[in-house]
Amino acid sequence: MKEWFRRQPKHFTPAARENGQQIPDNMWVKCSSCGELNYAKQLNDNLKVCKCGYHMRLTAREWLGLLDADSFVEEDAELAPCDPLEFVSAKDVYAQKIKDNQERTGLNDALISGRGSLAGHALRIAVSEFAFIGGSMGSVYGERLARAAEHAAEARVPLLTITATGGARQHEGVLSLMQMAKTNMALTRLGAAGQPHIALLVDPCYAGVMASYASVADVIIAEPGARVGFAGQRVIEQTIRQKLPAHFQTAEFMLDHGMIDLVVQRSDLRTILARVLRLYSGQANDTTGVPSNLMMVNA
Amino acid sequence: MQSAMCNLQFIMITQLTPWDKVQLARNPQRPHTLDYVRGLCEDFVELHGDRRYGDDSAMVGGMARFDGRTVMVIGHQKGRDSRENVKRNWGMPKPEGYRKAQRLFQHAEKFGFPLICFIDTPGADPGIESEERGQGNAIAESILMMAGLKTPIVAIVIGEGGSGGALAIGVADRLIMLENSIYSVASPEGTAAILWRDSAKAPEAARAMKITAQDLLALEIIDAIVPEPEGGAHTDSAAIIAAAGEVIRSQLAPLLQLDLGTLLDQRYAKYRAIGHYQHRQSQILEHTNGDGGPSFAISFT
Repeated sequence: MKEWFRRQPKHFTPAARENGQQIPDNMWVKCSSCGELNYAKQLNDNLKVCKCGYHMRLTAREWLGLLDADSFVEEDAELAPCDPLEFVSAKDVYAQKIKDNQERTGLNDALISGRGSLAGHALRIAVSEFAFIGGSMGSVYGERLARAAEHAAEARVPLLTITATGGARQHEGVLSLMQMAKTNMALTRLGAAGQPHIALLVDPCYAGVMASYASVADVIIAEPGARVGFAGQRVIEQTIRQKLPAHFQTAEFMLDHGMIDLVVQRSDLRTILARVLRLYSGQANDTTGVPSNLMMVNA
Repeated sequence: MQSAMCNLQFIMITQLTPWDKVQLARNPQRPHTLDYVRGLCEDFVELHGDRRYGDDSAMVGGMARFDGRTVMVIGHQKGRDSRENVKRNWGMPKPEGYRKAQRLFQHAEKFGFPLICFIDTPGADPGIESEERGQGNAIAESILMMAGLKTPIVAIVIGEGGSGGALAIGVADRLIMLENSIYSVASPEGTAAILWRDSAKAPEAARAMKITAQDLLALEIIDAIVPEPEGGAHTDSAAIIAAAGEVIRSQLAPLLQLDLGTLLDQRYAKYRAIGHYQHRQSQILEHTNGDGGPSFAISFT
């Protein structure tokens, strides 16, 4: 009897969220870490961080909110994936997968790039979209990232990358692997222009991207509890068949083992980024003509 | 009967599937990095350690004399039998292996030695200690260092090119593969597990992923293929080592004529050009997905 008069709240599951669907204000969201329900509007105001502290995933568009209002202008938006391997298997047709993901997310591929400013500091930005085939890096992702680095070098501004990814895109095979070389190659230009690459790693961040541009940034920041690592956990467990250490492959683990600079709460991100950008500004060094061992440090 | 057998053998060899090549590339009797180094170079002095943590036996390197000049050689080293494989970790380097490679890259650059890299690994070591010591960082820094290294680089895949663990010593001016070698973004088993949660579908993955030397040549990623003796490299080590040496020499020679600026510009252009894409309209900021409700903007300020 009581049920008839009580308005049933609709539950919006994390799985649906991960498909990139937006949450209308009058819904509740269940935290996948503590299981508690968060009222969507409050969650939004809290930057989608649960009361328990769990940082929920943001879409690439939502991350652009870090920038100064109306400062973002997208660049290279027209780049779209092909099917270079003509990848067709019993369960997986790459051409179809691309179409489905494009339709669902409204993006051409798994990376948004462009120019903007943060606290008045002009920069280039590249943000990955995990909802697009797991944020995986294929030709378009690599091309847009390389161009973002080159644009930044030319404009003599910093590059900010925000990355959530499962790694290289399997369906483009060795072309995806080579994007690891291409992105790092473009970053040497940024280094030569004396401009920094600031990388923000968010949950999850793995494999081929961790083993390329994300790990060689000048400043590496990760969100609390973000799962970050090279080898996938399933692979490690299958190989060694022993218990994994506490907090294995989390941001805190990476910090303890000397691999990243900072773990920053989402609510503090804009402040920290503004401070870092302020410290870098007005100190550009053109390193051409400087001996090679010093070039290594700047690269 | 004899001629029927020969015909069968001929058919079998000319119709090798990608999975067949995977088996050949992994054949335990196939020559390994040190076999090539000892066969092609004189005065080899192996250099050890990363000067930070330890000496990784899965990655070997050192100075040697090749074609009349001093070079730095680096490569993944597999074992010949089970005991040696344990010592060599099956050719899967840990971070200290990549840091040793980085040290030797810088050593080569400092003295103007060309760099010759032999690629033969199932992949970088995927263990707890490797994560603790920063495997992602080690590979990334190796790739970055090779990208701008001021000395000519030739790399040759002699067996398995296992993903990032291979690329970490593979960002070269010229890339060569042996006829039956493979180079992949993940092992066929790994790809099958990632895409279909079933590593038993590896042969299917091997076919779909285009991982053979011929595939990579068609994709314009590699510069040359070294033909193997009939039956595979393991059937005639001396012949394959000599053949590889010839191709390495001929790929290296034109690089030695270039000034450093041109060399680096060409290396940049080579990797910058890799990737297939097209043009398509998209409206990223106007799009409202899901149930057609308003898009949320998160306010960080």
